[in-house]
Amino acid sequence: MSEIREKVDVCVVGAGHAGCEAALACARLGLETVIFTISVDSIALMPCNPNVGGSSKGHLVRELDALGGEMGKNIDKTFIQSKMLNVSKGPAVHSLRAQADKAEYSRAMRKVLESQEHLTIKQAEVCELLWEEIPDHLSNCKDNNENDCVVNTQINDEDHRNIQENDQNESYQNESYQEENHLLGFEKKVIGVKTFTGAVYECRAVILCTGTYLRARCLCGEAITYTGPNGLQAATHLTESLKNMGIELRRFKTGTPARMDGRTIDYSKMEEQFGDERIVPFSFSTDPESVQKEQASCWLTYTNQATHDIIRANLDRSPIYAGIIEGTGPRYCPSIEDKVVKFAEKERHQVFLEPEGLHTHEMYVGGMSSSLPEDVQLAMYRTVPGLEHCKIVRNAYAIEYDCINAKQLYPSLEFKKIKGLFAGGQFNGSSGYEEAACQGLVAGINAAMELLGREFLVMDRSESYIGVLIDDLVTKDNREPYRMMTSRAEYRLLLRQDNADRRLRKKGYEIGLISEEEYQDLLCKEKLIELEISRLKDTKVGANKEIQSFLERHDSMSLKTAASLAELICRPELDYEKIEEIDAGRVEAYAGYCSMENVRSKYLTADGKLSKEIIDQVEIEIKYEGYIVRQKRQVEQYKKLEKKMIPADLNYDEVPSLRLEARQKLKEFRPVSLGQASRISGVSPADVSVLHIYLERHKNN
Amino acid sequence: MEKMNDTIAAIATALSDSGIGIVRISGDQALEIADSILRNKNGKKFVCSAKSHTIHYGFVVDGKEEQKSMKILDEVMVSVFRAPKSYTKEDVVEINCHGGVLVTKKVLELVLHAGARLAEPGEFTKRAFFNGRIDLAEAEAVMDLIHSKNELALKASTAQLRGDLSDKIRSMREEILYEIAFIESALDDPEHISLDGYQDRLKEKCDQLIKEVQRLLDTAENGKMIKEGISTVILGKPNAGKSSLLNMILGQERAIVTDIAGTTRDALEEYVNLQGIHLNVIDTAGIRDTEDVVEKIGVEKAKKYATDADLILYVVDTSVELDENDREILSMIGDKKTIFLLNKSDLEQKVREKDILALLNQRNLPDDQDGFIDSNSDLVESSKERLISMISTSAAFGKGLEELEVEIEKLFFQGDIKQNDQIMITNLRHKEELGNVLSSLLLVKQSLEDGMPEDFYSIDLMQAYASLGNILGEEVGDDLVEEIFSKFCMGK
Repeated sequence: MSEIREKVDVCVVGAGHAGCEAALACARLGLETVIFTISVDSIALMPCNPNVGGSSKGHLVRELDALGGEMGKNIDKTFIQSKMLNVSKGPAVHSLRAQADKAEYSRAMRKVLESQEHLTIKQAEVCELLWEEIPDHLSNCKDNNENDCVVNTQINDEDHRNIQENDQNESYQNESYQEENHLLGFEKKVIGVKTFTGAVYECRAVILCTGTYLRARCLCGEAITYTGPNGLQAATHLTESLKNMGIELRRFKTGTPARMDGRTIDYSKMEEQFGDERIVPFSFSTDPESVQKEQASCWLTYTNQATHDIIRANLDRSPIYAGIIEGTGPRYCPSIEDKVVKFAEKERHQVFLEPEGLHTHEMYVGGMSSSLPEDVQLAMYRTVPGLEHCKIVRNAYAIEYDCINAKQLYPSLEFKKIKGLFAGGQFNGSSGYEEAACQGLVAGINAAMELLGREFLVMDRSESYIGVLIDDLVTKDNREPYRMMTSRAEYRLLLRQDNADRRLRKKGYEIGLISEEEYQDLLCKEKLIELEISRLKDTKVGANKEIQSFLERHDSMSLKTAASLAELICRPELDYEKIEEIDAGRVEAYAGYCSMENVRSKYLTADGKLSKEIIDQVEIEIKYEGYIVRQKRQVEQYKKLEKKMIPADLNYDEVPSLRLEARQKLKEFRPVSLGQASRISGVSPADVSVLHIYLERHKNN
Repeated sequence: MEKMNDTIAAIATALSDSGIGIVRISGDQALEIADSILRNKNGKKFVCSAKSHTIHYGFVVDGKEEQKSMKILDEVMVSVFRAPKSYTKEDVVEINCHGGVLVTKKVLELVLHAGARLAEPGEFTKRAFFNGRIDLAEAEAVMDLIHSKNELALKASTAQLRGDLSDKIRSMREEILYEIAFIESALDDPEHISLDGYQDRLKEKCDQLIKEVQRLLDTAENGKMIKEGISTVILGKPNAGKSSLLNMILGQERAIVTDIAGTTRDALEEYVNLQGIHLNVIDTAGIRDTEDVVEKIGVEKAKKYATDADLILYVVDTSVELDENDREILSMIGDKKTIFLLNKSDLEQKVREKDILALLNQRNLPDDQDGFIDSNSDLVESSKERLISMISTSAAFGKGLEELEVEIEKLFFQGDIKQNDQIMITNLRHKEELGNVLSSLLLVKQSLEDGMPEDFYSIDLMQAYASLGNILGEEVGDDLVEEIFSKFCMGK
């Protein structure tokens, strides 16, 4: 039988938010890439909530954008309302959220994919991965002769040898430590994919972004359909192939609320929720002026006792409570049944009505996802003020799907045992578009880095929310879909959404996903921030009459001796804007800079005024300097253990005194560093000390 | 190279002529090794078949079974503890020997010969720690116990070993964690968890914790002195009799004593045990305005020692008028605990207590403090403050030593430490971490007072939590492991 046979560099399985980012990253880095999707019409589909961002998720999108991802740019093109959340709190928890026009979002992303060089879109179900054994992998070097082991593997792995030969860069040689570690653990190597129709695509890397489609099952009360989200076809074959490769799968569950016909909703009984007056774009590359537009409104209403009574009376008909759903659902994105059971004392819960787009009447009912039967849903929704006469367009449902425990992955998102196989998104056990997109981008970048023989992108917990996300996924025993939360990031004062570009753009530039223009932009911004901070620190004001009266007017303590403007900004009752009247030099300070090359008009107006982006950075750095310094110290402490690497071939059975549980966990996870080891549950500080001491002693042997 | 899983042995009791000496064996081979040198009254091995937590009557035998050259060395009781229910969480055998020091030593030799390795000091404890039976604070207590220099230190270590300190730290840690968790959940789920009025609650909590940490820190001064001894510096003008005093305290001729002023040019340090209190006594060169280079260095050094001292013994030559040099010395004393020794009480008295008090009152204290003696106060008043006291001595004739001991005890311990069971901080590392906890908590309070948004509190709360964890070894920092390394003499 003849079949189609093609040869490419990378195959991406799935075209959701993870798949799109992965495919774009690879193609943009010059690799021939095919992205497979069950339906081309479902590219970048938003099957659940119609928004991007939100608390801590907004951080993820801005970081993704800083690295050269697409999600931020795409939502900037297609949003219909935008809001900066938590502005009454500290800058670390400010987070951007935008309502999307779902259809537009999907269409815009498809257009980006279609216009991308080196990228092919293919509508097909991938049923099988093609792979081969790597001879002489670790299990064949039982005598534990490290040197022999390394040599063998290198000889048997052409790619790796090529990488070593081609790379003249000394810094890479140091970094190749991790690469080499990686190599030692590989047992298999992926060489292609096969579709349902029998077509074979040979490739050097595969990125799995199957989302919620693997053996998907949708539940609406007692009614069960074997489909993916929105009635789309499920992917039923790939699971078997993955199992054959030795990949362990498990089952997770998530859910979505109903969509209402907007014409049947009485908004007069709800509170209108407006967008921000001044819109901040998601992407650092988007011109802020271009996103100032008319916005759609969302609406807030509440459940009540009647709602809760109906839910309680019908709990036995909920597939979760009746035990029909086996998959584990996210605790942090609970269904309305869960909320009513868990917060039994609460009299009401928030319900947000959000438009699904500008060209549809459909409204998303945020806060009321459910898997109760259709009749109960309707009765329950109709108890909510404003929804008394509502008609449901699409029922709420729960969806179950196959995914993996991401402990099978390295922080690069490559499988520990399978060279060239990467994974991102909901397949890794996460939940949420933003979480998916970020993993997709990292998996895509790292697949490309591997093929190009370059250094992996691995960010730690002190560098980005993405680093926290991936570290949590590959290190912790997650038992439910993982959702990003503010509290998961230990060093969040440093990981603000406003400085994501300052943290990560350089990395994106070095990888090759950030253009020269965008990078120069960053350098200009950095320079102006630096200059303004030192100017404020160096400019002293005396304890004269003018200053004292200024302070008095602002209920601020009078000065005993001269103070710098920075010191005054530090006072809780003062800020950058307020001190303008005693900061005479502010305008003239940059008069000479405007005409200079490389200085961007978006950061410095022609009359020498700094833009809000610059001022925000300056003010945050000055006002919270003490906290930032302390947090940086915590980071230093944290980094010490992160830097202590554990060889991938370490035989944990030879480490004396490890407790049995710890030994098992360490063998299972094979952490790359002592830091990662310390975060594995079941590994105690004493175990880490034992391991540390063992490594120190064997370092020179 | 030392391995963690080999079998170790040591004599677990003090080597004295006590009735029983215990040889302890711990490790994978402990039972086999014990079996190879022990027989029951029927001449059979019994240890390997013994149940855990049982005690057996038997004999230690020496020689080769096959050659029938075996002879009985001692009649013993043997306790068997099987892993993990033992001190080290490994198999442990304890042989209670009855034959005195020499026999106990001989038994140990047999055990070592049978394949065990001699344990390093504290190694049983090290294993207990690494095997997760005790936490770091408890392990350190054992190390302190092993190295404790006196009875009081022993008491403090025992309390720590009982876990009193760990319990206290753990409960504070839990309280802090609760607050962190509360703030964090409110940030992530503002709909269901409200922070209204939380600031006041947190402030109250901080105040309470600050008080508790402060109380622990207050014990640290005494704790350190108990464990490491009171750092004592002898000051005085040349030829006031400082070296004679040192010799008197030591009960031996340690310092060279001559009539020539300036004989002691460098500082001498000695350890002495007075009434169960450990003193580290530093004798210094006499303080005077001098041109002699060597002596000058000595004087500078004396000043430095005085700054670091817990106690100053100021030897005043009462046969010579007070002068500028005395003023100099008084300024060095600052607000340290000081005992004035009015020496040479056997000679004609040119200086009396009131003269010294007068000089003290003239002295300007730094930072506008009122000082420990206000202008109207007399000696009785100042004694109440427990900062200074005066006794008259004659070092040359050994007079006043007892009085000195009593005064030191009064100044430092006032009797309250000796009997009580309060948790005491005796470890410098613990003290430093507690200091960090205190400053973190103060920063949280500052944030509250500055009206900072709630997400800022957790930065310093987290730090306080981590610092407390460091005391228990429950926070795995790199420094901590380094500390453990040094504590247990690890390395190659």
